[in-house]
Amino acid sequence: MPSFAKLFATPWIWSFLGALLVWLAAVIFTGGHGAGGMITAALSLAVFTVIVGLGQMFVVTLGPGNVDLSLPANIGLASAVAMKTMDGQDSLIALGLLAALACGVVIGLANYALIRVLRIPPIIATLSSSFIILSTDIHYGRGLQIKPPESFADFANVQILGFPILGLFGVALAVVAWAGLQRMVYGRSVLAIGQNMRAAKLAGIPVERVRMLTYTLSGALGGINGALLAGYFRGASVDIGNEYLLSSIAVVVIGGTSVAGGKANVPGIWGASLFLVLLLTMLNTFGVSAGLRLLLTGLIIVGVITAAGGHKTGR
Amino acid sequence: MTTAAPPTAAQSRASRNRARLLRTMLPALSMALILLAIAWLNPRAISYFGFSLMLNLAIPIALATIAQMFVITINELDLSIGTFVGFVGCVTATWLHDAPLLGALVLLASIGVYAGLGALIHLRNLPSIVVTLGMSFVWQGLAILLLPKPGGSAPDWLKGFMGLKVPFVPFPIVAAVVIALVVHFALMRSAYGTVLRGAGGNPQAIGRAGWSLLKTKVVMFAMTGLFGVISGMALIGITTSADANIGNGYTLLSIAGVILGGGEFVGGRVSPIGAVIGALTLALAASPLLTFMSIPPDWQVAANGVILISVLAARALISRKGA
Repeated sequence: MPSFAKLFATPWIWSFLGALLVWLAAVIFTGGHGAGGMITAALSLAVFTVIVGLGQMFVVTLGPGNVDLSLPANIGLASAVAMKTMDGQDSLIALGLLAALACGVVIGLANYALIRVLRIPPIIATLSSSFIILSTDIHYGRGLQIKPPESFADFANVQILGFPILGLFGVALAVVAWAGLQRMVYGRSVLAIGQNMRAAKLAGIPVERVRMLTYTLSGALGGINGALLAGYFRGASVDIGNEYLLSSIAVVVIGGTSVAGGKANVPGIWGASLFLVLLLTMLNTFGVSAGLRLLLTGLIIVGVITAAGGHKTGR
Repeated sequence: MTTAAPPTAAQSRASRNRARLLRTMLPALSMALILLAIAWLNPRAISYFGFSLMLNLAIPIALATIAQMFVITINELDLSIGTFVGFVGCVTATWLHDAPLLGALVLLASIGVYAGLGALIHLRNLPSIVVTLGMSFVWQGLAILLLPKPGGSAPDWLKGFMGLKVPFVPFPIVAAVVIALVVHFALMRSAYGTVLRGAGGNPQAIGRAGWSLLKTKVVMFAMTGLFGVISGMALIGITTSADANIGNGYTLLSIAGVILGGGEFVGGRVSPIGAVIGALTLALAASPLLTFMSIPPDWQVAANGVILISVLAARALISRKGA
């Protein structure tokens, strides 16, 4: 059994503590009203951040400079693709999900191709591809109010004993990601590449194949996220993924994954996502204005990052 | 290849130099290409009036790009420059107009915040991407608090300055040349500029030579803040009123501009002249060219991506040949 000292030395515990803290603050403010409902809502909303956060985590772990900036555009396009494919019909739900997944996979592969063929930094590659994806989405989904099939939208909002089914999906995904990272050759390779790409290559790890897989994985998760978001919010839109640029990167860092690469943390992604969502919930219950909410969110993120501190490895 | 004799040292050096020259010229070449396309599609655009119109918004973009270039020089990235420009715009259109002293103080203080961020990032060894992402929320929040609805108005002197008419050469071009040259001499030709670039290229060496790395970070972030302020003010001088979201697009444009201009993310390799040219290229390509080519507005964002990718593809080709 791990001792308390050991428990508190794990980086991810702090993000859960932070989430608990902001939840308590919100509950105290409302005098105990809606405490459970707040958690249910937070679990559902946090899942969307968890899904893209996991993808971003694998990418960031590849080492300095690796980041996927195309996630927001990817989510937007996939949401439109999913809703158009489903066409409001229950029988086409599976096909729609597959189409969103395929859309994400293609985007991930295209990102990797740009990085590899043009030998440009991933930031610029995913940035330029996001411009193109965004335009494609605007052109593809324009002027259409695309609604999800009723049963898909209901499914995305289903709860089992107050626990949202999406939350279960998010937990299952995190467990798979944890196993993939810590117990599979793929995950160990990602960590090795992040620690020292040259050494990983010399050790016989197929570096380029692992990088391709990682960008594809991030794209695929973005695609799935787009479809689920469109179901949850009952409709696709171009800017449905906008907030996930910041939040996907923020949860990776707050959750204890090193930006310098080579060190990842799956539980921290969940903790940090809950923290961010509950933080917004708290500020909403306090009834602060939109401007003040943004200001406080920003200050708290900078504060948390500063408190968590950097790692001595540098960029 | 079937050549038997390997190239002599002199030959390979010559070819390397040629590749390097081509690489340096690439930003200018891509802009020339865009200009040729515009001239071909609409010859009337190539005139004093045409350039004044087409490059109208290029100056704030160029200034924001220079701001981004300063942090990229020291291997950092500023993802908040867009919302910062928006914040400055809101301050300019409200306080700087109504209470100039207060407005000026706030703008100076915001440069101080940037300097403080530089110190924080250095001392705590924080990832600048995350810190500046957080700050982008802070600036946007402040901008919305200051100006919940679009409005305000630019100070008259600022409107007058941005609307300046210079004989023969349109004002935006004059301004671009001045910005590029001033920053070029400060960063590329001055002694301390070399130290600043060195802090990006080889921080250990700069540290061991006795220079304070903390000071280089603080100076570079303060410069980013300064140029962000000038960019926001220039923008409001042109648009005459502000909106909290007015600068949001600048974050990505500025990064793209630096890279188009030949800059690199690591190693302190940047080019102020290239960055200004990169910004002008993006500004020209963004709307005038696309309007003349009758590309529907849907695809205008994509055009930026395509231009970026093509220029980088050309650069990759040249580098491979030169290697």
